[in-house]
Amino acid sequence: MKLSIQINEGPYQHQASDSAYMFTKAALEKGHEIFRVFFYHDGVGNGTRLTTPPQDDRNIVNRWADLADEYKLDMVVCVAAAQRRGIVDEGEAERNKKDATNIQPQFRISGLGQLIEAAVQSERLVVFGD
Amino acid sequence: MSEQIKKFLYLNRRAPYGTIYAWESLEVVLIGAAFDQKVSLAFVDDGVFEIVKGQDTSESGFKNFSPTYAALGDYDVNQLFVEKESLEERGLSIDDLMHLTWEDEDEDWAEKDSIRVVSRSELSEIMADQDVVFSF
Amino acid sequence: MSELHTVNKSPFEKNSFDSCMGHVLDGSAVLLYEDGVYAAIKGTAMEGKVTSAQGVKFYVLGPDIKARGIDAARLTDGIEIVDYAGFVDLATEHDKVVAWV
Repeated sequence: MKLSIQINEGPYQHQASDSAYMFTKAALEKGHEIFRVFFYHDGVGNGTRLTTPPQDDRNIVNRWADLADEYKLDMVVCVAAAQRRGIVDEGEAERNKKDATNIQPQFRISGLGQLIEAAVQSERLVVFGD
Repeated sequence: MSEQIKKFLYLNRRAPYGTIYAWESLEVVLIGAAFDQKVSLAFVDDGVFEIVKGQDTSESGFKNFSPTYAALGDYDVNQLFVEKESLEERGLSIDDLMHLTWEDEDEDWAEKDSIRVVSRSELSEIMADQDVVFSF
Repeated sequence: MSELHTVNKSPFEKNSFDSCMGHVLDGSAVLLYEDGVYAAIKGTAMEGKVTSAQGVKFYVLGPDIKARGIDAARLTDGIEIVDYAGFVDLATEHDKVVAWV
């Protein structure tokens, strides 16, 4: 079945990203298709490559990135939410005259239409939040 | 697939301002309106506070986004279900809410109310009838 | 249509569980996960709400009760334990998922 995932919270503060990751991984291992993982609200914080947790803790960002590499996941960070919270790719840095980027390469920044499209195209939308 | 029309319900259960959920979910509604899906909004629990009239953020330093709800009708978003029990639990009635309307193209642009107060059990049935429920 | 409702907040902190229970229809399912699992414990103020819900099937996420030191024996009767794969099955077997975040 074709599923999409919406994540409303950033890493570490809430379990939402962990739960979504475990769910997504289980769905992929069962042979389901993940059409898109959409990061919204503080969920955009899952997409910064600058995250550096202590060595004995899980690296939530890298874990998503590895899953994306393995299964060619489409992981989208909402542009409006990302701009508010300082998640920046090269295009955004140029547009908004910022001197740095921090997006993890497996994520892409795009519009809210991507969430709507995911809901239209997928048979299930599963939301993880606070 | 792009031709298919789904029933989308945006489930609003958060008060405005204390967190950004209400505002950012409204942004999804506005973007989503361009997609030609059958859209409705439900205001449940503290979500009813989002559409209370008389919001004034002039002394709090953030944007008053409540006027945006009045614009929803122009985006063909005109099914706003407000849960009766949620209102009553919070000491509110429909008179405390903004008067949100839309113009019906099929009836010579007659102005109609967007808000419909429904009971909890009616809303449960409305939710069950949806294809997708968005939660924020 | 049958729905899977998910609750991830403690019923002692937020009203997500109560609100979910107010809207769940006969033939639907409720999955308790993250701090939502605290609604699944026998002998709490939530037990009666679970046992009195007619025609509603309850599930709890095993990894989340284990993490919180909740023994399966302490769960309210009738609640079934699922793992993440079971969560996926519930999401696909029901017509949609409603998250009471």
